[in-house]
Amino acid sequence: MLLLALIPALKLARGVAIGYLGIDPVETLAITTGTAAITLLLCSLAVTPLRRLTGWNELIRFRRLLGLMAFFYAVLHVSTYVVFDQEGSLSLIAADVYEHPWVLFGMMAFLMLIPLALTSTKGWIRRLGGKRWNRLHRLVYPAAIFAVLHFLLAVKLDVRKPVLYIVVLAVLLGTRVVWARRRAATQAPAARQRPAPLTAAEPGN
Amino acid sequence: MLIRRPPDIPTREITEESAYFGRREFLRAMGYGAGVVAASAAVPGALMACAPGQADPDDKLTPWEAVTGYNNYYEFGTAKDDPAKNAHTLKPRPWKVKVEGEVARAADYDLDDLLKPFTMQERVYRHRCVEAWSMVVPWFGFPLKDLIARLEPTSKTKFVEFTTLADTGQMPLIRRPILDWPYVEALRMDEAMHPLTLMVTGVYGKTLPNQNGAPLRLIIPWKYGFKGGKSIVRIRFLERQPRNTWNIAAPNEYGFYANVNPAVDHPRWSQKRERRIGELFRRETLPFNGYADQVASLYSGMDLRANF
Repeated sequence: MLLLALIPALKLARGVAIGYLGIDPVETLAITTGTAAITLLLCSLAVTPLRRLTGWNELIRFRRLLGLMAFFYAVLHVSTYVVFDQEGSLSLIAADVYEHPWVLFGMMAFLMLIPLALTSTKGWIRRLGGKRWNRLHRLVYPAAIFAVLHFLLAVKLDVRKPVLYIVVLAVLLGTRVVWARRRAATQAPAARQRPAPLTAAEPGN
Repeated sequence: MLIRRPPDIPTREITEESAYFGRREFLRAMGYGAGVVAASAAVPGALMACAPGQADPDDKLTPWEAVTGYNNYYEFGTAKDDPAKNAHTLKPRPWKVKVEGEVARAADYDLDDLLKPFTMQERVYRHRCVEAWSMVVPWFGFPLKDLIARLEPTSKTKFVEFTTLADTGQMPLIRRPILDWPYVEALRMDEAMHPLTLMVTGVYGKTLPNQNGAPLRLIIPWKYGFKGGKSIVRIRFLERQPRNTWNIAAPNEYGFYANVNPAVDHPRWSQKRERRIGELFRRETLPFNGYADQVASLYSGMDLRANF
């Protein structure tokens, strides 16, 4: 899984090593890292639905890795933008974020991922407690929504790819809504008697 | 830089790309840089008027590989490297150009007959895409105004429209309706008659590659690249302003004029700066792509924010 997630990074590293990253290397960097970040973010969001559908609980072990790899690519993506597009100038970045919704959406998604990456360790789950940790990590939903909208606004006319990502995200989030409703309907009376059985070692979201 | 050559020299014999890349370095090494600048400043005004759009000495030519490998030609796919991969199905000869509308010499022309009277010139132009990247390209062609003069438009003509080939046999990908094919672009008559506006048949001293819009395309260097229709099959002279394809596709994003303007952002992204292909960092975008002194007067009194 780690190796699969590293393929885009290895491709870029190879490009840097041979000194050729396409005709516009900055565009290659931005598109490769951005696509990898969003893809891995959606993969991490697919873990819980797949686990429930298949009953294959081992899948949970990949979730943190997928989320962290998504963050890794997001850091590269934002770095590409900050260094090459805005020359590290905070005022240029602020103006760009203020004037252009697609940049704002991308930035929102990235900022939301930061606390999630920082609190991804077992230590932080213990420190925050499963419930609070879970609540914090629900930030991944708006982060993913902002990320796919950012993707949609970034392309010119040929929206097939971002629309595919939006549909996948809608399905992933939709299953959660449906399951949450069903749970609320069947467990509402029972919930009063005992709290939801969440363990700190295996928080769900 | 205006280079006239007798038409009997095959273009392939003219200049190697390596000579293009090396020539400024060569001159600089010879210590002639200042001399060249002085010489071009001394060219009489009349000749300068025939040779507009001279490249800035700081503009290094974008390599052939980028000019012919990084293209927007949606009839052959929407990725930048798609046209170079897919455009081999285009057959640039034999080629017909239909001339119609408010024009005395309306007819179906064979391209070679249409081109016969013109001497090809090299023009080094900055090329700025609406997507905020740019290149410096040594086009080969002739001023559109010379062609228009021969076709004798009537006094009613206010606009000239260019239609790109849309043939599913040569362009199988147009079955997907990404844009409303055929691709149509148009200019106001004074823009079309401007000496910078170029009908292009070649690049880097060679016949125009298919992915660059063979066999005949338009280049208007002070406008975003999408104004320059490729593989032109029809030229129509019109009384009224026609709609152009990108304007039909997204009217709030692409206007009719599409003059390069750092002060007016695309609704989704900034036009203040651009990435020159081959450079890592962005550079400032110039009003009218740096040709303001030659073309800004065409738009005096116009609100360029409304007429984007």
